[in-house]
This record gives sequence, C-alpha cells and structure tokens, in this order.
Amino acid sequence: MSAETLEKAIEKKPAEALFSKRRRKLVADPLIDDNPITIQVLGICSALAVTTQMKPTLVMAISVIFVVAMSNFVISVMRNTIPARVRIIVQLAVVATLVTLVSEVLKAFAYDMYKELSVFIGLIITNCIVMGRLEAFAMGNKPYDSLLDGLGSALGYSWIILTVAFFRELFGSGSVFGIPVYNYVSSIFGPDFSLATNGLMVSPIGAFIILGLIVWVQRTKTGYVEH
Amino acid sequence: MELFSLAIRSIFIDNMIFAYFLGMCSFLAVSKKVSTALGLGAAVIFVLSVTTPVNWLLNEFILKEGALTWVSADLVAIDLSFLRFIMFIAIIAAMVQLVEMVVEKFAPALYGQLGIFLPLIAVNCAILGGSLFMAQRDYTLAESAVYGFGSGTGFLLAIVALAAIREKLKYSHVPNGLKGLGITMLLTGLMGLAFMSFMGIDL
Repeated sequence: MSAETLEKAIEKKPAEALFSKRRRKLVADPLIDDNPITIQVLGICSALAVTTQMKPTLVMAISVIFVVAMSNFVISVMRNTIPARVRIIVQLAVVATLVTLVSEVLKAFAYDMYKELSVFIGLIITNCIVMGRLEAFAMGNKPYDSLLDGLGSALGYSWIILTVAFFRELFGSGSVFGIPVYNYVSSIFGPDFSLATNGLMVSPIGAFIILGLIVWVQRTKTGYVEH
Repeated sequence: MELFSLAIRSIFIDNMIFAYFLGMCSFLAVSKKVSTALGLGAAVIFVLSVTTPVNWLLNEFILKEGALTWVSADLVAIDLSFLRFIMFIAIIAAMVQLVEMVVEKFAPALYGQLGIFLPLIAVNCAILGGSLFMAQRDYTLAESAVYGFGSGTGFLLAIVALAAIREKLKYSHVPNGLKGLGITMLLTGLMGLAFMSFMGIDL
C-alpha cells in the first residue's frame, strides 16, 4: 500500500454535527410517527396509573425522561463489555440504580409527590420503553446517539401521558394543574350554569377510554394500520 | 378466613389489570389467542406465587429498618430499604431463570408451552408491582403468598377474557385507525367497568 492511500485511510472523517439531520430524526421520530405508546405499544402500565392529575404525571414524565436517556447512555458506553448471556440482568441493574436515584431524590425534596406516586416510580424499572430502547438501540449504537434516542422516546411517551392526564383531570376533577377551571366557568356564567364532573374519568376506566381515543385520532392522522 | 377474603380481593377488586394497570404490555401483546393467553397467565401465577413470598423474606430479614438484628443487635439502626428496587428485580430475574430451568428439567411438556413467556415475565410490571405492594402494605408471609397467587389469578382471568373477546373481534368491522391497540384499549375500559361492580362487595 502506498503512503498516499495509507494517509487517506488514516485521515479522519469530519465529525458529525452535534444536531445533524440524522440526529434530529432520532429525537423527532418517536414523537409522532414511531410513538412508543400509540404505535409501538410499550410502557402502557405506568402511563395510565398516574394520569388522574397533571402534576404527578409531569413528575413521572420527567423521571422517565431521565431514566430512559441516562440508562441508554450508560448501557451504550458499556455495550462492548457486556456479555450477551447476562445482558438482561446488567441492564436491569443499571436501570434499577437510576430509578433508585430518582426515588431517593423525590423522597428528599418532594415527599408528598413520592407518597402519591408510591410504587409507580419503582415500576419505571419494568417500563417496557426502557428495556425496549436498551435492547433495540443502546446495545448497538454510540453513546451520544443513544442518549438522543432515549430522549426522543421518553418525550414521545411524555406528551401522550400529559395529554391523557389533561383530559382526565379536566373532566374528572374539573381542573387543570390543580387550577379549578370548572369553578371559574361557573362563576363567569352565573350560578345556574354549572359543569358536572365525571367520576368515571378519575377511575381506571377513564384512562383506557381516553387513551383508546387518542390512539384512534393519532393513527388516523398518521395513517398507521395494525394488522 | 382473613386469607380467603384477601385472595378474593386480589383477584376481583384489586385486579392487577383493571385497578392498577400492571402488566399491561404483555396483557396487550399476548392476548390475540386464548391458548397463548392461558399459557402466559399460568406462568404469571406461578412466578408471582413464588417471588412475592421470597421477596417478603428478603424484605423482612435484610432490607427493612432494623431487620438485621438477627445478625447482631448492633445493626438495629441500619435501613437498607433504598436497595429495595434493585434487590427485588434481581430476585425476580433470578427466580424466573430458576423456574425456567426447573420446568425445563421436570416438565418438558409444560416448558414447551410456557417456555417463550418465561423470560418475558422478568420484566412484567405485575411481578415487580406485586412485590412492591406487598412491602408497602406490610403483609405477613402467608398473606404475601396468598396475595401473589390471587393477583396472578386475577391477571389470568383478565387476559383470557380479553383474548376470547379479541378472537371474536376478528369478524367485526373496526375503523382502520382503531384496529389493534385502539379497540383493545376501549374493550379493556368496558371490561374494567364490569369489574367495577365487584367494588361494592365488602370483605
């Protein structure tokens, strides 16, 4: 091999831009077209349990964003040293450690929220989105890309659960983020005009129905059909 | 009697699916055929009945505040409950592996049916949820065993019922966007409505 071609081979490829088109796609795709909840059907367990009010849902969403992005990053850094046979347990250990961190932080700084979310913070460990992204992406891609991929999936999850929580809190308790919207409406239109809250929305059934309808609207828009 | 009412409560009233949404992923993914749903349900009952009492022992003798006094009286102030998640999930993953090997050795026919579901179960929210609820509610050993069995049975009941409905659903015209997940969510909501009628029962 001549010195010239060798030099060419050694010559570094220019580094990919921090937010190149491909990387933007990693974040944007799971938001609509490849949404983890409505298209891939992952992570439904916790999506429904915490969504009676907006506030705990927001805390849950932030926790999931942190856990998914960080676990994707950590596993991706370690991906070449993990033996294939024990990879599930290694992944679970990493995820469980991160979730323990989140849980301890909540316990220290937002104890009421910690009590309200109770076991559901712990259940982020078994949230299928986390394991799904680790298996499908982080085990075969570079750390920064994995971080972005995790971020995208978690954001796709977050906006769905926040939408579910918005409707459930509005119709179920007549408020949004704890602000009693129904009371304001009644006070504007006088005492004869009052809005009744729907108890069904607070119960699990409301969550199933709302999510079913969101899936319907979203899939009709994207044209995705399941066979 | 107390245990019996706990079993009934965990099967019908506090149903894993309809009251706590646990195990939804496999509930939705493996409910297309009754026979496979039955297999998964049986495996969940099995694993829940084993892991809940084992995790109880772990929690009672190692993790709880002051649980280590049986080693030495000096350790009374130690509280390891922050290790709960990582220990529980390790036990669950190990137990699932163990159960898989035992079933493979002694009941190959059953293994053929359950085999593919067992690894799935390690990351089923219902299993970890069962252990976490057990720790939160301070059950006794007997109660946790009954609770594990009851929640597993509740899961089996729900997934088999949904699979039966979905088998019939093949013959109906569902709007395109609603096919699959959408209609299944609505169905689960309606089934939950039916299960709500159990809530009035005072045990």
